[in-house]
Amino acid sequence: MASVTQNFMKLFRGSSGGAQAETPQPAQKLARRSSGLGELLRLWDSETPLCVLDLGSTSPANIRFFTERGHKIYSEDLLVASTEPHLVTKDELGNLVLDSRKFLAENLQYPAAHFDVVLCWNLPDYLDESLVRPVMGRLWSVLKPGGMLLAFFHTKDAGPDSPCYRFHIVEKDVLEMQRIVLRREARRGPTGAIHTAIGDGFRLQRVFNNRHIETLFRDFASIKFFLARDNVREVLVVR
Amino acid sequence: MSAPLSADLAQIGKSVVIKGELSGSEDLYVDGQVEGSIALKNHLLTVGPNGQVKASVEAKGLVVQGKLEGNVLASDRVELRKSAVVTGDIATQRISIEEGAYLKGKVDIQGKADKAAGK
Repeated sequence: MASVTQNFMKLFRGSSGGAQAETPQPAQKLARRSSGLGELLRLWDSETPLCVLDLGSTSPANIRFFTERGHKIYSEDLLVASTEPHLVTKDELGNLVLDSRKFLAENLQYPAAHFDVVLCWNLPDYLDESLVRPVMGRLWSVLKPGGMLLAFFHTKDAGPDSPCYRFHIVEKDVLEMQRIVLRREARRGPTGAIHTAIGDGFRLQRVFNNRHIETLFRDFASIKFFLARDNVREVLVVR
Repeated sequence: MSAPLSADLAQIGKSVVIKGELSGSEDLYVDGQVEGSIALKNHLLTVGPNGQVKASVEAKGLVVQGKLEGNVLASDRVELRKSAVVTGDIATQRISIEEGAYLKGKVDIQGKADKAAGK
């Protein structure tokens, strides 16, 4: 699957066509309804405190949403973490890649079966190719059996310059999207070499088709797709 | 940004480096480097914009404007200002996080958990 994805990425990166997503100003926030988040609705009212892992940018709104309901939230921004310069290494062909072992030694360090919910947001679309599968494998192991993971994937209609957003939960099934503006420290990452970050945001690395998504989550027990109107598929998987 | 002046506020300036256990019974403003542990059980710790703290922290309140690496137990409140970079787990009763703050770790609001337990 990796080679198929890599070939697709080459085509994708080389293309200049495709529908351009609307590019809002950095401070602008767009509201969108999330069917996947709505599916998780019943969980939030649980009397038992849940462990939730938010893999997007630190969001005061998300932290407030979960802590107000008595849940524990863990925040870890993996996209920013992937821009650490010391992660860059070369594969056997001399290509610049990110060292997934080193990355996983420094990130996602949690006990097995620890989380009830993982909010992955759009991470797989923007994460460097060398990290996608190792990260998904680690996420499987830190989820409890029956735990759920929510991820968003662009459809093929999304262009390579589709902006990367951070997601704030404002209601049980409503998100506010805010374009990511990298901190200055993050811009010092390996941007030129691996094209993870561009200008003031992250670059879309690939577009998964449904089969790729199913392969990516093949170790999970079930997978459910929700097609949204904004060139995004929401995917809810259960371990 | 200068540190707030107060008779009951101890200050660690930005050129100061401390390694070890730090405890006290007054508010503390850290704009330098501290490595080890900080215990101010009934007082406020402020990590200034130049502050770099690698320590477990136990305090009544915590305000972070700089960098903090370590677990935090704050009996009252935690404030992460927009320039804060925090790596570690936070256990407190109240937390406020400004837009732009960075957190890698857990947030555990203890008061809510107590309520859920029927206390």
